[in-house]
Amino acid sequence: MAEQKHEKYYVPASSPWPIVGAIGLGLIAFGAGHTVIDASKDADGWGINVLLGGIAVILVMLFGWFRDQINESMSGLYSKQLGNSYRQGMAWFIFSEIMFFAAFFGALFYARVIAVEWLGGAGNNAMTNEVLWPGFEAIWPLTETPGGTESGAMGWTGLPLYNTIILIISSFTCHFAHVGLEKGKRKQLTAWLGITIILGCIFLYLQGAEYVHAYEELGLTLDSGIYGNTFYMLTGFHGMHVTLGTIMLIVMFLRVVKGHFTPESHFAFQATSWYWHFVDVVWVCLFIFVYVL
Amino acid sequence: MSTVVGEVDQHDDHHHHAPSGITRWLFTTNHKDIGSLYLWFSFIMFLVGGSMAMVIRAELFQPGLQLVDPHFFNQMTTVHGLIMVFGAVMPAFTGLANWMIPMMIGAPDMALPRMNNWSFWILPFAFSILLASLFMEGGGPAFGWTFYAPLSTTYSSDSTALFVFSVHIMGISSIMGAINVIVTIMNMRAPGMSYMKMPLFVWTWFITAFLLIAVMPVLAGAVTMVLTDKYFGTSFFDAAGGGDPVLFQHIFWFFGHPEVYIMILPSFGIVSAIIPAFSRKKLFGYASMVYATAAIAGLSFLVWAHHMFTTGMPVFAELFFMYCTMLISVPTGVKVFNWVATMWRGSISFETPMLFALAFVILFTIGGFSGLMLAITPVDFQYHDTYFVVAHFHYVLVSGAIFSIMAAAYYWLPKWTGHMYDEKLAKTHFWASLISVNVLFFPMHFAGLAGMPRRIPDYSIAFADINQIVSIGGFAFGLSQLIFLWVVIKCVKGGEKAPTKPWEGAEGLEWTVPSPAPYHTFDTPPEVK
Repeated sequence: MAEQKHEKYYVPASSPWPIVGAIGLGLIAFGAGHTVIDASKDADGWGINVLLGGIAVILVMLFGWFRDQINESMSGLYSKQLGNSYRQGMAWFIFSEIMFFAAFFGALFYARVIAVEWLGGAGNNAMTNEVLWPGFEAIWPLTETPGGTESGAMGWTGLPLYNTIILIISSFTCHFAHVGLEKGKRKQLTAWLGITIILGCIFLYLQGAEYVHAYEELGLTLDSGIYGNTFYMLTGFHGMHVTLGTIMLIVMFLRVVKGHFTPESHFAFQATSWYWHFVDVVWVCLFIFVYVL
Repeated sequence: MSTVVGEVDQHDDHHHHAPSGITRWLFTTNHKDIGSLYLWFSFIMFLVGGSMAMVIRAELFQPGLQLVDPHFFNQMTTVHGLIMVFGAVMPAFTGLANWMIPMMIGAPDMALPRMNNWSFWILPFAFSILLASLFMEGGGPAFGWTFYAPLSTTYSSDSTALFVFSVHIMGISSIMGAINVIVTIMNMRAPGMSYMKMPLFVWTWFITAFLLIAVMPVLAGAVTMVLTDKYFGTSFFDAAGGGDPVLFQHIFWFFGHPEVYIMILPSFGIVSAIIPAFSRKKLFGYASMVYATAAIAGLSFLVWAHHMFTTGMPVFAELFFMYCTMLISVPTGVKVFNWVATMWRGSISFETPMLFALAFVILFTIGGFSGLMLAITPVDFQYHDTYFVVAHFHYVLVSGAIFSIMAAAYYWLPKWTGHMYDEKLAKTHFWASLISVNVLFFPMHFAGLAGMPRRIPDYSIAFADINQIVSIGGFAFGLSQLIFLWVVIKCVKGGEKAPTKPWEGAEGLEWTVPSPAPYHTFDTPPEVK
């Protein structure tokens, strides 16, 4: 029985896309580095061209790699075992993303609980406050830094609350679409998937509006101290992930329209759905720790 | 349930001859080809990083400034560390994982072969960028491989941006490699190969892969914050903005401590394969080895601040990290005990892999003991940032990790190439390495205890003799590694034909296939009883 369950192994044929991807990432790293250096000197350099070239190479790689992948999958080449490998791979990838956000959440907690408190004289740091930063008061949100930069603080009502509701609803609509796919109800799938994409776009639009509000009315910018730093880095990286997730959902939508996926075999859809739930969970943590508390 | 595999494609994928030409290496999805690429790359990086160490030792041969200016000296210590950690040791282990894990668990290949190729080919680009940054105006990274803020933010040169992005893509490569290993182990084991039957090399890599996926993203976060602090006006590590330079050290070492176990756990697996083979006995305490590895990995997340005892922490935190650190010696002790117990009353023979494994056990333990000394908070105040620390981590990384990689190379070379290596030459390599590595690193303990600070190009005349001895050891160790290169090339080109199982006491699926191992090892899963 045990032997029966194991099919003959499937090993994908060699492919040019990985090396194209490596060249793309190399160009992006080299170009991004020089772009940043050029920008810091207000100089027009060639860095940005290399960076854009790298992004173009990566886009070509993504199209080519996924095209091959989808063709191979649609022609029934893949085994169930390979499907499991993909699923596990995606799960571990999401775990690595969680750890990336954990680094920034860690910075936020450290700043709130330790750094700012100590600068304000907590524990045995009275002289730090007295001598180095006289007059500094430990408050959170840190609307006035020890160096004297002032800014407003972002409340949690209004846009952030709407966005929370939107993203939580979108997690449900994404799930309904998934259920539709598994039950073979294509209409339910298309409709709920479309709604999920629209909700994702609304979220991104409102997030942009929130940034405009923060920059123009609150004076809260990326360089206004540790509060602004953690606010923009956390919400910014989250926003990038939502953008990516939305693009993935749109690709899934196009594939659904083309008639891809079956109730049994739909790894790409499942991975996208997992990713979407992941960005949702990250947002809920963000909402609690960055906005509310 | 089962998907039918097309006949035509099967023929294409499962032929047993390697394709030829340059595209074989560029487009490959074969775990053995990718493993070889990793191993060769890591050896080249070992020589590059090693030659930087030679520059350091040449400058330190005499007190005073002779050869290089201090800023360049700092770049050498920094890039030497980065190259050895990310370019030599980690890719060497990934190469060994690629070669051996599919063979050991009865799989045809890694679970995600194309991603496997991608994760390798990122590395040459990442390290070209890092090395090229040395030639920029203002020089390359010069803040130590730990890139502490504010050295890496306020006081660093322009090349920092390139450093940051090259670390980013190295991290992407490591994470993809680790995902591949972990998925291969979870999903590709042959029927009957239950978790507790897996060879220890597979087990230790399983846990290592978990550590990699958990901490490489944290490193990505750390370099990102350095980038934004330096170029985009954030103040994560700047008190004026409400941040704290100590925060950098917390984030970095939360990555950094698991990272050092990433560089030693696979060694444990290698040594646990070699010692039983040449003692002609089963490994003593297999299950306890597995649990000890898991315990070390778990504890590695709770000890990071022992790198920061002198940085400034509440006493409670210092004590907490001190006790957690000392606790690690318990599972490590279990391992060393088991290796010794395996040899007890075994019928031991001393071929080169065994010699390296034995040297590993003894020298790694010395490194472990000096680690225990460093773990004690009050005395660490004296040892911190001295050559004692340098001696400690080079004992665990050079005579630990690197020696185990050498042992693994000799142990499996017959399986990889189909030829036996030149035993006499290999033994010369071993003895030359063993003697020179101790001449190189042992006196550093004394220099450190006497107060010689690390990362400084000049020193008090009192340390002149000791540094001269150390430098001679360093040059000798560097040259000895060329013997290794010679042995490997000779073995690849020819030599006595290797039988399926060249080592009498060796166990495992890799010794059931011919030498050299066929291009795709197992078409259908072998049976494991």
